[in-house]
Amino acid sequence: MYMPDFEYHTPETLTEACALLDELGEQATVLAGGTDVLHKMKVGKLAPGHLVSLKNLDDLRTISHEPGRGIVMGALTSHNAIYTSRLLQKRYLSLPMAAHTMASNQICNMGTVGGNIVNGVPSADLPPILIALNASIRLVSSKGERTMPLEDFFHGSAETVIAPGELLADITIPDQPTTGSTYMKFGLRRSGALAVVGVAVSVTVKGDILEDVRIVLASAAPTVMRARKAEDRLRGKKISDELLAEAGEEAAAESRPRDSIRGSAEYRRNLVGVLTKRALRKAIDEGHS
Amino acid sequence: MLQSITDKDGVKRYLITLKVNGDAKTVLVKGNAILTNVLRDHLDLTGTKKGCELGDCGSCTVLLDGKPVDSCLMLAVEADGREITTIEGVAANGALDAIQESMINHAAVQCGYCTPGMVLSAKALLTRNPHPTEPEVREAIAGNLCRCTGYVHIVEAVLAASQGRTAPAEH
Ligand SMILES: Cc1cc2nc3c(=O)[nH]c(=O)nc-3n(C[C@H](O)[C@H](O)[C@H](O)COP(=O)(O)OP(=O)(O)OC[C@H]3O[C@@H](n4cnc5c(N)ncnc54)[C@H](O)[C@@H]3O)c2cc1C
Ligand code: FES
Ligand code: FES
Repeated sequence: MYMPDFEYHTPETLTEACALLDELGEQATVLAGGTDVLHKMKVGKLAPGHLVSLKNLDDLRTISHEPGRGIVMGALTSHNAIYTSRLLQKRYLSLPMAAHTMASNQICNMGTVGGNIVNGVPSADLPPILIALNASIRLVSSKGERTMPLEDFFHGSAETVIAPGELLADITIPDQPTTGSTYMKFGLRRSGALAVVGVAVSVTVKGDILEDVRIVLASAAPTVMRARKAEDRLRGKKISDELLAEAGEEAAAESRPRDSIRGSAEYRRNLVGVLTKRALRKAIDEGHS
Repeated sequence: MLQSITDKDGVKRYLITLKVNGDAKTVLVKGNAILTNVLRDHLDLTGTKKGCELGDCGSCTVLLDGKPVDSCLMLAVEADGREITTIEGVAANGALDAIQESMINHAAVQCGYCTPGMVLSAKALLTRNPHPTEPEVREAIAGNLCRCTGYVHIVEAVLAASQGRTAPAEH
């Protein structure tokens, strides 16, 4: 398969990488695991003048808990590193399990959480559960850095607020009172299939009251989206099967899916309803599973 | 720092070292050279196959620092300095690996196209988890498509190898 030519760079530090990106401007594409970048270059969707490889930035490959901040995960953490992280398994098993629903073992050894986010497609599996867990991201450039809720990062299909010259450095999951979370994905096969629809939820349960809730949908709109009306319907209410079913219907109503070869809009809307109800029940009953 | 040489036509090539099957191999490659092609064309290791070339079929699977990856989605320059195991590195001292023996004995090989990738995925699984369950075997080879045998014989072969036997169970 044809691969276009480009200049290849391997900066040794984050500062060096930022300086390079600044200098090269729009001609540069960042290369992490390469599973999206090489795919696009081979099918002719991308022909960057320069590839800036992050392979030497080993600092961005760690997951740790920082007191007062939460769990900080480097952008170069691979899907399999998320899946096998003891820390994440102990605190929020929902995130390793979401990583586990993705692609094949091979792709999960190559692909990174940063690439999954910055690629910006609405079917990506990690953004929904990270948003449900209230994650924020740190974007670094030679001009400084900014931190924002991950939720505010996505603009449209494959459109994000990242500026040329900016690098996603890490993702923080703050310490929080949530009592449960889960990601449920419907794909056309068990293995290696993109989400026809994915639903991530997090809940804060006190007794039989749902004090707080976040519902995030994948492949149900041009970007990953919060189902805020469904959340409003639930907040502060007494948990019941009827209530969860109502929230599912509300989430389906506010979703904006499209027809594609993987499923019609109507089918997707239906799935949003069913998966939202089930995911809420699972998170309420089983915690961060 | 990666060393590079620019020829008189202005084409830049990088000097990279791949530790392939235990031997350090230094090759001069263009930035856009794909790892699969470098293994096959520069190093004559044609056991690594090319199928979809887009990460879907797993026929190009190699182990990078012991972990299976699709070499068709990897630039050779990205693998500089890393350990690579191809199917040629699995048999030791002229003797096939237990997984290879077992796959032959279980009739898990027909055309053989998927076999190198399949063996490497299975090998990585058994190294990490010597006694996998059937679902674990199925999951480990889910990124390796076989269009000939179906997966039943392959799964049986890997399970048998993990149990220290390579011949099929009596039926
Ligand atoms: C066969 C196959 C199956 C797949 N299955 C799934 C699946 O089930 N679910 C799913 O969600 N995805 C899937 N993907 C998509 C892909 O593997 C993921 O999106 C992966 O996480 C991308 O990570 P990467 O490191 O390979 O990104 P790359 O390809 O390296 O980069 C992706 C994009 O992000 C940019 N980028 C990467 N890192 C940074 C950074 N730190 N800062 C700034 N920009 C950055 C790149 O410039 C590029 O635009 C699949 C892909 C393939 C080929
Ligand atoms: S050739 Fe690499 S996965 Fe198909
Ligand atoms: S044996 Fe032919 S593809 Fe598997």
